Amino acid sequence: MSDATSDVRRASRDDQFFWDAAAEGRLVIQRCADCGTLRHPPAPMCGVCGSLQWDTAESSGRGRIVSWISSLHPNRPDDAPRIVILVQLEEGTRLVSNLVDAGEAPYDDLPVVVEFRDDRGALTPFFRVAP
Amino acid sequence: MTGTIVAGIGATEFSKESGRSEMQLAAEASRAAILDAGLTPRDIDGMVTFTVDANDEQELMRNLGAGPVTWWSRAPGGGTGACAAMQQAVAAVAAGLADNVLVYRAFNERSGYRYGQPRGTAGPPPLDWYRNFGIDTPAKMYALWFRRYMHAFGATNEDFGRYTVSARRYAATNPKAWFHDRPITLDDHQASRWIVEPVLRLYDCCQESDGGVALVVTRADRAGDVDAPVAIRAVADARHADASITANYYYDDLATYPEAAQCAQLLFARSGLTVADIDVAEVYENFSPLVFLVLEAYGFCGPGEAIGFIADGNLDIDGALPTNTHGGLLGEAYIHGINSIQEGVRQVRGTAVNQVADAEHCLVSSLNSGLILGRFG
Repeated sequence: MSDATSDVRRASRDDQFFWDAAAEGRLVIQRCADCGTLRHPPAPMCGVCGSLQWDTAESSGRGRIVSWISSLHPNRPDDAPRIVILVQLEEGTRLVSNLVDAGEAPYDDLPVVVEFRDDRGALTPFFRVAP
Repeated sequence: MTGTIVAGIGATEFSKESGRSEMQLAAEASRAAILDAGLTPRDIDGMVTFTVDANDEQELMRNLGAGPVTWWSRAPGGGTGACAAMQQAVAAVAAGLADNVLVYRAFNERSGYRYGQPRGTAGPPPLDWYRNFGIDTPAKMYALWFRRYMHAFGATNEDFGRYTVSARRYAATNPKAWFHDRPITLDDHQASRWIVEPVLRLYDCCQESDGGVALVVTRADRAGDVDAPVAIRAVADARHADASITANYYYDDLATYPEAAQCAQLLFARSGLTVADIDVAEVYENFSPLVFLVLEAYGFCGPGEAIGFIADGNLDIDGALPTNTHGGLLGEAYIHGINSIQEGVRQVRGTAVNQVADAEHCLVSSLNSGLILGRFG
């Protein structure tokens, strides 16, 4: 697709680790190596203690929907409408993603679980309703 | 007291196709504000706008024949920068770094670059975390935040529509408003198409507008030389580390607006005023639900109570808190909220078309920043 709005994401120095893990089907959360605080979106410095040292924690991939909307104007014109969700992971951090295979209308606090799917050539964390 | 006043205001017409350059709009609005202040362009020694403005300060200065100018700054943000830019001007004057500061904003955001249209993944890195999943317009960025308010308090899109009806009623009697003479009913609102289901319909969204607005901030002790001085009683700006770029998804409680609450606290502490002293409010609303969150953050009503507060007609001209008396950004125009500051000045001067009787204090809120205007003297 040549449309300017369909650019493939470009990982930056600060979040390459997230997409490297995603490529292996793993959902990870950045963790301060000094004070242990989890943070997302990724950032080079810990906003709690100022440390530049960090590692990652493996997420269970389970969480609940904090908020959701129906996206009627996807950023690729040929895309089907999708459900955008704000997920609060069990570990406490939040991330924005999409709800896939939603057999029922989403609702707030709905339990969800991660499911990796290809998106424009990159394995990407989406979520489905938890069984 | 800040020791500063708004000495002058100026604006172009608000349209969907200005037919001239953004620089021309900036120059027209600025010159009008300078003359309204009883000054000449050579008296301007400070210039402030906020980011996402294509008009270069030096070039605007050349157009106006302004200066020499000794103070420049830009507050960060789109709408959140409106009152924040006023704070830059107030700070410069209070610090003695400038005497007459021009605050300006002008653009062709309908006929030129359309701020509200979908964007790709290019942009500041944090936005990639949203755009890749379909959050590619301001409407969707904000709706994901507003949705939680609906869940927490049972607010419906129809509740939001009651604000829109109020704003459009004010716009209908404001000849400068794009929606002049075009009021709507709640049925009209509910018949407008979804922009972001289940949060925002078309009539919940601010306009895309062409136009410019400018104000001149000066020292209070120069008020004698000004036709209609308006005191800046307090100005404040609050930004928190747990927000992100136009995506406040990380607050502990998403059904609140912590930055606006802190801004309110600062404004009331700095002015010595309380919510009871506010006679009229001009509240930035890129989308109608924001008014609900802001009214609650400022303490005009409790959590979740804005739904009833608005339904009961409190925003009307004879209500407890007449709000967005120019028609707001939904009804008048979307000049990133700086037109709402201008309306606040008119209310305190007593020259607004939808004038609130005996308006002494006006609150202007623009997302994370805000100010309180008051009668001078």
